[in-house]
Amino acid sequence: MSVRRGLKWAAALLTLALALSSGMVLNERYSDGEIAAAETAETAKPEQIERGEYLARIGNCAGCHTARGGETYAGGGAVNTPFGAVYASNLTPDKTTGIGAWNANAFYRAMHEGRSRDGRLLYPAFPYPNISLTTREDSDAIYAFLMNRVAPVKRENTAHTLRFPFNNQLALAAWRLLYFKPGAYQPDATQSVSWNRGAYLVQGLAHCGACHSTRNALGAPIAGHAYDGAMMPLNDWYAPSLTARNEASVADWEIAQISAWLKHGISERGTALGPMAEVVYQSTQHLRDDDAQAMATYLKALAPSATPLTTIAAASRKADAQSEKLYVDHCSKCHGDKGEGKPAAFPALAGNRAVTMANTTNLIHVVLAGGFAPATTGNPRPHGMPPYYHLLSDAEIAKLLTFVRSSWSNNAAAVTDLDMVKYRNALRTP
Amino acid sequence: MKISDLRVGVARVATATIALLLTAHGSAQTTLSFDAMTERLEACIACHGKEGRTINAEYLPRIAGKPAGYLYNQLVNFRDGRRNNAVMSHLLQPLSDGYLREIAQYFSSLDLPYPPPQAPKVSADALRLGETLVLRGDASRKLPACSQCHGTPMTGVTPAIPGLLGLPSAYLSAQLGAWRAGQRRAHAPDCMGEMAKSLTPDDINAVASWLAAQPVPSISKPIASLPAPLPIRCGGVPQ
Repeated sequence: MSVRRGLKWAAALLTLALALSSGMVLNERYSDGEIAAAETAETAKPEQIERGEYLARIGNCAGCHTARGGETYAGGGAVNTPFGAVYASNLTPDKTTGIGAWNANAFYRAMHEGRSRDGRLLYPAFPYPNISLTTREDSDAIYAFLMNRVAPVKRENTAHTLRFPFNNQLALAAWRLLYFKPGAYQPDATQSVSWNRGAYLVQGLAHCGACHSTRNALGAPIAGHAYDGAMMPLNDWYAPSLTARNEASVADWEIAQISAWLKHGISERGTALGPMAEVVYQSTQHLRDDDAQAMATYLKALAPSATPLTTIAAASRKADAQSEKLYVDHCSKCHGDKGEGKPAAFPALAGNRAVTMANTTNLIHVVLAGGFAPATTGNPRPHGMPPYYHLLSDAEIAKLLTFVRSSWSNNAAAVTDLDMVKYRNALRTP
Repeated sequence: MKISDLRVGVARVATATIALLLTAHGSAQTTLSFDAMTERLEACIACHGKEGRTINAEYLPRIAGKPAGYLYNQLVNFRDGRRNNAVMSHLLQPLSDGYLREIAQYFSSLDLPYPPPQAPKVSADALRLGETLVLRGDASRKLPACSQCHGTPMTGVTPAIPGLLGLPSAYLSAQLGAWRAGQRRAHAPDCMGEMAKSLTPDDINAVASWLAAQPVPSISKPIASLPAPLPIRCGGVPQ
């Protein structure tokens, strides 16, 4: 009894100490607090506004700061995190509900330090750990665009639905103390101008790592795990590794193939589907050619790693008549008798890393829910994969995918009935 | 006429219509053949049926031959969250307005035979109520007749009002119910939402049963225009 009581006291003291130190942190590092409301609009040049519009697209700000079917930039999009939902704020220049009372300093501080105009700490679902690298000049351009080109929309911000203790500013201050320092992009003089531009965009504004890098249990990036692939928060998609050659590394793609993929959502090497199709649709299709090339240059040069492939011994591979029949009946019409696909229309399944990757989330998701490649200027009428959730049972999909993963040149491990269970649930999310 | 002949005929009409539509919109993009569009739209055809007829009409409606503006509005509504279906919404997220317009045009141009009417499963009184509401409305409750908007032959009106015949009663009542509950919405002002909220569950059952029991007339195409203005303002419908 007394031991238990002692432990309770120790826990209480520890909590108090943590709270006090966090409080001090809050006071010391963030005492400059509120930035006064801007009285007059700052003047902006048309070129700056234009550049800001472009940069806002590359940052895909509207991706979260627009509710589905809502006014663009008026906020309300949900970022579902393991700690609850964070709702993106209203970025239109409305004086009371948007950023109409913000000046360029306040806007830069939000981008760079992750703090609201009133001094409140922002949740890192707003990817300021990445976009902190954005230069003052670029931040000012985005601000000028939002203030001058976007119509004010009166829409109160949606309250976050984070669980305790994550809904607490002290907890957030502690998190920031541990995991966040405002940054600036440091050019690497040994690399080309294009590589540096690509690094600046990929690491910063385009915040690729927000999805493609592993996070720790508290949602923070882990050193040495940049772009090594991570599950999306709802566990319904996997953002593949950009460094693993057996996942989504583009080390052996041509620069032109990578930039075509970013701009059109499709190249002879692969097709964007799922959340990445949305990113291409909303953001990367708008990349200028030089920026697309810069991002391609940087992505191609990422140091390669290899995640272990779970393969099966050739001897244990045997054609199962039922699985093959499922393939013939449902897939071969588009993907070909030998999984060869049809260029620019239906992806090949033989030798396709999205098929053979150890993590089968996306593969199962695409079979259950189907999907279109994004409609872009380079591919305005994309092909679509039908959903099969209502046509095939879990057991049939597992058999079918096991066949696809182990046929032709493919040699990946089986998909089991158990693998299927969790994805059925993910699909029910509206 | 064999199905394959029909298909070729449909293909020609469809290609011509798509070409015409794009010319009318001054699009610089080249047009696609019927077959090229079919190849792209496997994702739609898998559920809404070969050539726009469906495999589970209670839940997955036939879309062939519906007015293009209506189909386009539904695609946009699914994409933008006014209608809720996780799979439809997921499929449409990365698609542009221009492509959705072409998809709508493709399915609208299909001219295919309709299924025979359903034998009603409700009482004669319910059928009479259904007939009254559909053809005459109820002035005492300020309910216009369905036919005032959907056309006297009930085959819809170009470009954006759908026909109400050739659909199963379960589908019709599910849609009216969804509208009544606010789960299905249209562009504001949402006239169907208002209408459905004025109906009781019995009204809905009666209307759906009567409509499903009517044969589709030999001229099944939507009519070009209504004799009188719409009795109520509707978003997404040119007025």
